[in-house]
Amino acid sequence: MEIAKLAGGMANTMKRDKEVEKSGGERSGKNRGPAARKPGWASGLQQLYDSVIEEPLPDSFKDLLSRLDDKR
Amino acid sequence: MSHPERTVSEKADFKKELTEVIPHLRAFARGLCGRPDMADDLVQETMLKAWAAQDRFEPGTSMRAWTFVILRNAYLTDMRRNRFRGEYDEGVAERILTAPAGQEEPLHLSDMHRALLTLPAERREALLLVGAGGFSYEEAAEICGCAIGTIKSRVGRARAALTSMLEEGDIPRRSLDDDLAHGAILKELDAVVAGNGVAAKF
Repeated sequence: MEIAKLAGGMANTMKRDKEVEKSGGERSGKNRGPAARKPGWASGLQQLYDSVIEEPLPDSFKDLLSRLDDKR
Repeated sequence: MSHPERTVSEKADFKKELTEVIPHLRAFARGLCGRPDMADDLVQETMLKAWAAQDRFEPGTSMRAWTFVILRNAYLTDMRRNRFRGEYDEGVAERILTAPAGQEEPLHLSDMHRALLTLPAERREALLLVGAGGFSYEEAAEICGCAIGTIKSRVGRARAALTSMLEEGDIPRRSLDDDLAHGAILKELDAVVAGNGVAAKF
């Protein structure tokens, strides 16, 4: 069953060629690794990643965004 | 393949979406290159490239996936120019992650971080995309420009390496400062870059 899923996924990828998938990562859950085998550090990795997402944006990013409109 | 010039309102939409994706770009970049200051430089470089290439973005598709491709390519280019040496950020050393249930010793963020940085770049990015970024194997394969089976194998190897390091206490101290290790990483990077069809676009 795992092999069938994999083959199906590859066929889809080929069909779509290089185009980036609609709705991206927001559609989670499909084709993920088996959750039951998650090791203890997996939540640590998620925390490490999420802690950066939750950081307030440094001013340098706001400055860059405000400069973008002048670029073209 | 020609894209019409974006209207003012489309540019505004693009900018809004680009703004929303910045925290995700920062998290991915931090995981890839370790040092927060270098990671933020990489994100800014990515934003400028994305802005310049905005005519090539298909409205309605994933801005996160699209910008991750740009960031990844910028990172690989910088790595090959020897800008990043997988440097370890001492600033995180004191922070501790909450202990996963059933584990006696809390997992130290510094250990997690160091273990992550010892992984070859291609495995590290695969694990970041699937294990933290919430991308499916299929989406990660598209971002990296490789087959799904390749991503699965990279994630599997990365997981096995982290389990060995973090659960069996086998963390190399400063292996990335070692020139031999760095040479090996650059060699692998050449392979990653060579196999990446999407890279040519940026």
